[in-house]
Amino acid sequence: MRSRGAVQLGGPLLLVALAALLGSFASTSTEIYFVSALVSVTIVVALYVFVGNSGVVSFGHISFVAVGAWAAGVLSVPVAEKPAIMPYLFPFLRDHTIGNIPSLAIAAGVGGVYALLVGLPLMRLSGLAAGIATFGVLEITHNILRYYEKIGPGSNTFSSVPETTDLLQAAIGAMLVIGVAFGYQSSRFGRLLRATREDPAAARAAGISVYRQRLVAFTLSGLLAGFAGGLYVHLLPLNTETMYLDLTFITLAMLVIGGMTSLWGAVVGALAVSGLDSLLAEAENGLDIGGFAIDLPSGTRIVVVGALMALVLILRPSGLTGGRELSLDRWRRRPQIPQGDPHREDLHRRLRSGWLALCGEPRHARRRRGVGVRPLPGARRCDQPGRAAALGGR
Amino acid sequence: MTAALPLAVLGVDWQVLVDAIGLGAVYALMAVGIGLVFGVLRLVNFAYGQLIMAGAYALAFASQWDWPLWSAVIFCFAVVIALSLAMDRAVFRPLRTQSPAVMLVATFAVAFLLQSIALLAFGPLGKPASSLGYLNRPVTIGSVDIRKITIVAIIVAAVCLVAVVLLLERTRVGLHMRAASMDFRTARLLGVNANRVIGSAVLVSALLAATVSVILTVQNPLVTPDFALRDTIIVLAGVVVGGMNRLLSATLGGFAIGFVSGLLGGALPTDQSQYLPSFVFGLVILVLLIRPAGLFAKGGTQVERV
Repeated sequence: MRSRGAVQLGGPLLLVALAALLGSFASTSTEIYFVSALVSVTIVVALYVFVGNSGVVSFGHISFVAVGAWAAGVLSVPVAEKPAIMPYLFPFLRDHTIGNIPSLAIAAGVGGVYALLVGLPLMRLSGLAAGIATFGVLEITHNILRYYEKIGPGSNTFSSVPETTDLLQAAIGAMLVIGVAFGYQSSRFGRLLRATREDPAAARAAGISVYRQRLVAFTLSGLLAGFAGGLYVHLLPLNTETMYLDLTFITLAMLVIGGMTSLWGAVVGALAVSGLDSLLAEAENGLDIGGFAIDLPSGTRIVVVGALMALVLILRPSGLTGGRELSLDRWRRRPQIPQGDPHREDLHRRLRSGWLALCGEPRHARRRRGVGVRPLPGARRCDQPGRAAALGGR
Repeated sequence: MTAALPLAVLGVDWQVLVDAIGLGAVYALMAVGIGLVFGVLRLVNFAYGQLIMAGAYALAFASQWDWPLWSAVIFCFAVVIALSLAMDRAVFRPLRTQSPAVMLVATFAVAFLLQSIALLAFGPLGKPASSLGYLNRPVTIGSVDIRKITIVAIIVAAVCLVAVVLLLERTRVGLHMRAASMDFRTARLLGVNANRVIGSAVLVSALLAATVSVILTVQNPLVTPDFALRDTIIVLAGVVVGGMNRLLSATLGGFAIGFVSGLLGGALPTDQSQYLPSFVFGLVILVLLIRPAGLFAKGGTQVERV
């Protein structure tokens, strides 16, 4: 049990560390790709905390990234340079400048508070209404940040923010966010929320408040997204258009391609897509691989990423990692999912997803339901194999 | 005139009112196109705007090659229908059994893919589509200047809506579509051919998309890769606000959001008009909170998983 958790947390951390190590050997011009890949990991993991654990798609998370970036950016531009780029600021924003670390903390705080305020009404919605409403949040945030010049540069680019996000800071930030995400998903809250993802009706029947669990995840996710925004604004000059549909698309694509329902999937997806994206970006500028000169027209990147995302969704909807956490059991003999029997397939899916960890002893449940359901070979993959039971059978 | 009285308080004149109705009519058409496919597939098509965009590019190229008007319009319809059927075959069909969340994200991906292909192929600058330009000139009725296209849009929308209603109510395939949107499995058990009913819904929605692209290219002759993207997002919000489960409520929602954004656009003072999207989407969120199942939906709220 404990070793399994160590693998689940250690895998993503190791991957991030490897990416950072690889980046430290790279030349200065390629290093930026590694740093932005690590910032992408931070954003995608923040997105995962809500989308992955709740199963509700959010198109609004980039607004928390944007708000965090604005908070950190406005506060860390030196006082002397503020009037030049942001002449209409509120006095208390105009007269103060804070350092790198405090600005990241404030970015996280602002992101979290904003997500909480937005989530209080929105998490009551479900289904499509929730998806469209989060889109509305993105539109509103983008619109206000673009035109309200008392809180930032408006439609201008955020210049003069100290570029303090180097490889080290990005790696530490990504690892921090991964750690928080892992802590959340192993906590009681995370388990309860994943139970609502797998079967909302059964979760309600077990006394879980879907609203409260989603709100907790949404707030935490907004906090991490705000932090990621802080990292981002310290990396390169942003404007409102950077924080809009394209970023929403690319981060969702990373999450979906990696596997929406696991932390491992979020990290793998973010790094894989970033890697591909950087390669294509280089190729757009002209690249030489083994004697072949490759020169792609600009705009190829998003076509390739879009096509990849569509392909992954069609061929392998659970993503590259299958939506599972990293596990060393994978390389041992893997129990086969019984094909052709919908009931047993469904049971396997539930056993693997860990929602059965909430339930009591198998024999007990079996007796109560009067159905001969035995723990299946896949029960080994359950978070708490000994306690797995088929309460959710139909 | 009594109807104009509360509007006059808001500072809205007939000009704004007619424009708002015109916008509402176009959005209602898009809402029907999205709602028909949602009815049979339970799939929200984010890529609907890119169908319109493709049709608009077809018109732009036709006007560049100096094609006569009728062949330009036929070309536009052919492109949109082909793309729509291809989308159904390549994306919707393999995903039919997936969860609504996966389908939503998939159509989002397709939308971005098509948009970036357009960007790659045709460049960011945009192409003019000018063959129907004369419809942009105003006619004066009373003291109000109305662009001809607004009148045309309202009439075309009304005709299309009546045609769709007749199709659904009076024909066999319409009956099948209605049955499928109520309960797909039972409809199949009763002998409805799934591929045919989905295919016809996709086809009708493509016809509507092509119609919309003709109207929109007249209103906005510069065709860019993000043509109709914003409109689609607004219409999707409208459809959800109206209520997705019935075609009528979805259509009303589409009309309502077009009408309201038209009115707000006219009523807001100039220094606040840049915040129009915030007002519109704020209103959307407010309505969703009060009536999550939809403004015009009937019956209780039902829980749906996305």
